[in-house]
Amino acid sequence: MDFSKLLALMFVAMLVNNFLLTRFLGLCPFFGVSKKMDTAVGMSMGVIFVMVVAGVITWFLNLLLIAWHVEFLQILTFILVIAALVQLIELFLKKTNPTLYSALGIYLPLITTNCAILGLVLINAGANYTLMETFFNSLGSALGYALALILFSSLRGRLDINELPAAFDGMPAAFITAFILSMSFEAFVGIIKV
Amino acid sequence: MADSRGNFSNFGIFTAGLIRQNPTFAQILGLCPTLATSTTAENALGMGLATFIVLVASNFFISMIRKLIPTEIRIPAYIAVIASFVTVIDLFMHGYTYQMWKTLGLYIPLIVVNCIIMGRAESFASKNGMFKSLLDGLGMGFGFIGAILLLGITRELFGSGTIFGYTVWAKSYEVFVFVLPPGAFLVIGFYLALFHYIGSRKKAKSTKKA
Repeated sequence: MDFSKLLALMFVAMLVNNFLLTRFLGLCPFFGVSKKMDTAVGMSMGVIFVMVVAGVITWFLNLLLIAWHVEFLQILTFILVIAALVQLIELFLKKTNPTLYSALGIYLPLITTNCAILGLVLINAGANYTLMETFFNSLGSALGYALALILFSSLRGRLDINELPAAFDGMPAAFITAFILSMSFEAFVGIIKV
Repeated sequence: MADSRGNFSNFGIFTAGLIRQNPTFAQILGLCPTLATSTTAENALGMGLATFIVLVASNFFISMIRKLIPTEIRIPAYIAVIASFVTVIDLFMHGYTYQMWKTLGLYIPLIVVNCIIMGRAESFASKNGMFKSLLDGLGMGFGFIGAILLLGITRELFGSGTIFGYTVWAKSYEVFVFVLPPGAFLVIGFYLALFHYIGSRKKAKSTKKA
């Protein structure tokens, strides 16, 4: 597997198959934490961290599941592993890196129920990626998530200043904004082929 | 929150999910499957039914065992219950509705992390009896099916000119963007605005009367 192919995989995961805007994974925090820029950045960092670690760890676990012929346990195993992993990361960061811990703050526990993480590990498992491919796909997906979330949050910041029709104020306007952002990501379709 | 009102009538519990506390339009929960699988009315119905079954079953089961679960580990316990039901549905759909299973793909296992189900387990089933939780699950489930079906019908109608595969108008009128991912954001945005509008009209009326 040469490096250019890995890079292509990463960019496809980041732009073409963007988790938020094309695959609709992890939308709850997309609308929940995007009101302010710093919360969006905090959430993005948490997602990048958990996605890459969870991607790599579940790759090893999936080997075990396949070896024991219990692939139907994938859903149950992965979600429990993610939940435990998030707790572990939380404990670990609290001890070793208090600054990062306080920066991620409340976003870490929220990530457990973020379907982007479970979605990613299921995509990885379904695609039979090698370890390197898993790593780059996870990293690309996570960066794409962060990109979309931060872009969207800066758009929403602008939206707040403007006066809107009463019915569209708040969530409806956010969805229409997401529509426009998603349209612009549609332009990436077909640019890179893996 | 209306959920904590213990003396709510059974009928009230059932109807809360339909419109007043509709999981999609009022609470804005569980967006991922709603937006991702509402490309056609048929897919929307499939996803709606699968979520409905998991929601009702897990609500009932969690309320049955709610006194056995220690509070500290309730979330992992809920996740384990929900994940088991989702695995059952996943295998069932693989066996009996293979085409649908293939189209919905990743989004069936992702029912596990659908926040509607987790939300109902945490805010209703863990505090109420089995019958009430069953009613709550049914109400929320029907509310979800209604919402996702509405989105599915709208997107299929404008995107490909059909409803459940039956032609409504000629193909030349189709607006392709409705079937693409951005279309989902557009349609739900307009429905939410409509929901807001009707809500504010009702409020204005009731204040006028008083």
